[in-house]
Amino acid sequence: MAQQGGSSSSGGSRILSGGSINVSPMKPLASLKVLVVDDEPMIRTIHKAQLVRAGINDVEVAANGKDAVDLHVNGATFDLILMDLHMPIMDGCQATKKLRAMGVKSSIVGVTSSGGAEKTAFLASGLDDCVSKPFVLQQIAHYLKVPRSPTNPPKYHNP
Amino acid sequence: MDVIQMQRTWVEYTKSLYREGFLDSQFAQLQLLQDESNPDFVVEVVSLFFEDSERLLNELTKVIDQQQGVDFKKVDAHVHQLKGSSSSIGAQRVKNACVAFRSFCDEQNIEGSLRCLHQVKQEYFLVKNKLENLFSLERKIVAAGGSVPTEELNFL
Repeated sequence: MAQQGGSSSSGGSRILSGGSINVSPMKPLASLKVLVVDDEPMIRTIHKAQLVRAGINDVEVAANGKDAVDLHVNGATFDLILMDLHMPIMDGCQATKKLRAMGVKSSIVGVTSSGGAEKTAFLASGLDDCVSKPFVLQQIAHYLKVPRSPTNPPKYHNP
Repeated sequence: MDVIQMQRTWVEYTKSLYREGFLDSQFAQLQLLQDESNPDFVVEVVSLFFEDSERLLNELTKVIDQQQGVDFKKVDAHVHQLKGSSSSIGAQRVKNACVAFRSFCDEQNIEGSLRCLHQVKQEYFLVKNKLENLFSLERKIVAAGGSVPTEELNFL
C-alpha cells in the first residue's frame, strides 16, 4: 500500500521521494502493541483472538473513545489502534481527532460497517485506513508490518 | 450413542447449519480461532452475542411498541448494531433480516418495521436454539472422551 510522499518499502527501509532514505527496522509481531477500541465485548473478544493468533501477544482493549484517549494521556503507546466508529461517551471520529491532536502517530485503522458520508468523515478524522467489520487479518496485515515513523504521516490526516 | 456416532452427528448437524443458511463462513473463522489455549472461545463469543442481541431486541420492542412518535433513528441504530454483531459471528439469517429491517427504518414504515422485528426475533431464536444444540453435542462428545472434529469441516 503506497504511503504519502510516494514512498515505497524495501525490506526494512523506506525510500522517500527526493532520494533520502529513512531506515525503520521492522518490529517482530510478538513485540507489537495493539489497542482494540470497540464498545461491544464480543467484537473486542474476536479481534483480540485474531491478533493473538497472528502472534501479537500485547493486545489491550478499550470500550470507547474516551478510554482510548485516557490510555494515551496516561502514557501508553501502541503500534496499531483498531478503532470502531459508533461508541458511547466518545465515538471513533472524536477519539481519532483527539489522538492526532495530542501528537499520537500510531497507525489508526477504522473498523466499521458504516459507509458513505459517515465513512468519509471517519477517514478524514485522521485514520490511516478503514476496513469493514468483521475484518479479516489480511486487511490490516500491512499495518502489522509497516512501523510508524515521524516522516510517515497518517494517510488521511487533515491537520 | 458412542463417541464416533456423536462426532458424525456433530459434523452432519454443523453442515446442515451452513447449508440452511443459519451460519456463514464468519462462524467458521471463529471455529478456527479456537484451540487448546482458548478451548471455549466459540461458546464465549456466542454467549456474548446472545446477551447483546437480547438486550437490543428488548430495546427495539420498547421503541417500536410505542407506535406513535417512533424514534426511527434509534431503531436504525439498534438494528445496525444487531446487524454488525450477527455478521461478526456468522449468524447469516439474522443479519439478512436486519438488512431488510433497515430499509423499513429508512422509509419510517411502522408496519413494515413491526413485521421485520418479528422476523428478526424469529431468526434469532432459531439460530440460538441451533447453536445451543450444537454446543450440547460438543459437551457430550468431550464428556465421552472424544474431541470435536472441526477438521471435518473442510467443505467450508
